[in-house]
Amino acid sequence: MCLAIPARIVELEGDKAVVDAMGNRWRARTTLLPEAGLGDLVLIHAGFAISLVDEAEAKETWELLRQIDDFEQTQDKVSG
Amino acid sequence: MLERIYRAQKAMDQACKALGRQINIMEVCGTHTVSIFRSGMRSTLPDGLKLLSGPGCPVCVTDQSYIDAVLQLAERDDVLIATYGDMIRVPGKDGSLETKQPSANIRVVLSSDDALQLARDNPANKVVFIAVGFETTAPATAVVVRQAAQEGIENFFALSGHKLVVPAMRALVSQKNHRIDAFLCPGHVSAIIGYGAFAEIVEQYDRPCVVAGFEPMQIIEGLGEICRQIAAGKAELKSVYTAVVTEKGNTTAQAMIAECFEPADGYWRGLGKIEKSSLKLKDTYHQFDAIERFDLSQEPAEDTSGCRCGEVLCGLIEPPECGLFEQSCTPERPVGPCMVSSEGACAAWYKYGRKRRGKQ
Repeated sequence: MCLAIPARIVELEGDKAVVDAMGNRWRARTTLLPEAGLGDLVLIHAGFAISLVDEAEAKETWELLRQIDDFEQTQDKVSG
Repeated sequence: MLERIYRAQKAMDQACKALGRQINIMEVCGTHTVSIFRSGMRSTLPDGLKLLSGPGCPVCVTDQSYIDAVLQLAERDDVLIATYGDMIRVPGKDGSLETKQPSANIRVVLSSDDALQLARDNPANKVVFIAVGFETTAPATAVVVRQAAQEGIENFFALSGHKLVVPAMRALVSQKNHRIDAFLCPGHVSAIIGYGAFAEIVEQYDRPCVVAGFEPMQIIEGLGEICRQIAAGKAELKSVYTAVVTEKGNTTAQAMIAECFEPADGYWRGLGKIEKSSLKLKDTYHQFDAIERFDLSQEPAEDTSGCRCGEVLCGLIEPPECGLFEQSCTPERPVGPCMVSSEGACAAWYKYGRKRRGKQ
């Protein structure tokens, strides 16, 4: 539950943003991170940006999430 | 990367040798627990190093009285329940939100913002947001409560089950029978509160506190750092999650919490009542407090199921030591919250620890 996902702010109007991670887009708010701007990479937790994050960290997390997703799918196939 | 792993493992070996007994490190965060299991890291640790899963999964530490209050609300025709998905399967005295009939008035939301929108869209209903979580989700609740006040929304309420991490850690190391040598501190909670928040655990209880992120490499380096301190006979405050966590944390989010909430005594599963460990809506926002609006009981409920989640959460036993584990309690039919949440220690043991248990 306390896992935040890195995502890039691709639209921003006031504190209402659209963010993108690995091609998935969803709505989020920047109320808790007023310094965040268009194009910034941020950590999103429960619909709110909580921290800025650098490119390397974001890529590492996305890669991990991709691996988990692949792993879960393999597991589902194996268990059937 | 291999060199970093090697260095961390070397530190672990040295710490085990220096202490001459088993070292117990508690990972406070449920996301750490899952990452540790999923990566298979446990089997690579030295024999003398044990990881204990702490009270870091918000669903797991939520007292049964809170769940019962939620179920009570769900029975009302005039109420819409807005909840994070994790909560719907937690069993209360009789059933869970998932098994409640009719369940038409229960909506899963991804953020507090969605809950407030639900209130705007359903003016004839009273929308109750099941506000659980630590300092990561509390500011998100605060934002929408403040917004509801600004917009004059009268049908939105928050049932605050928000909890604070540091008071729980303090309670754990104050217990006489605790066996915690150090804490691996949560990454994203620390993004909000800052790693400086753990200073009192280091200074008053002489326990190393190291913040790490969730990639396996981060966890290994965090454990390595803890072991370096133990081998040197030190207890220090440190973060290896420098890409995200600062000493002071997110001060905007902290200010948001402080505007809407005040610390109150809280009931934790397994830990009981802990002073100033939960967040209660301030008087200025009392009209949004579901406890007050619906006159809900806050007395702790007695758990008679034989479930030992409480001891698991304190690091006193491992899940397989509970008689219900894998017998009457499975992820499909959970008895206790640590089996419900995907971040719960019991669910992680069930999913990733089976082969290892089979050998024992």
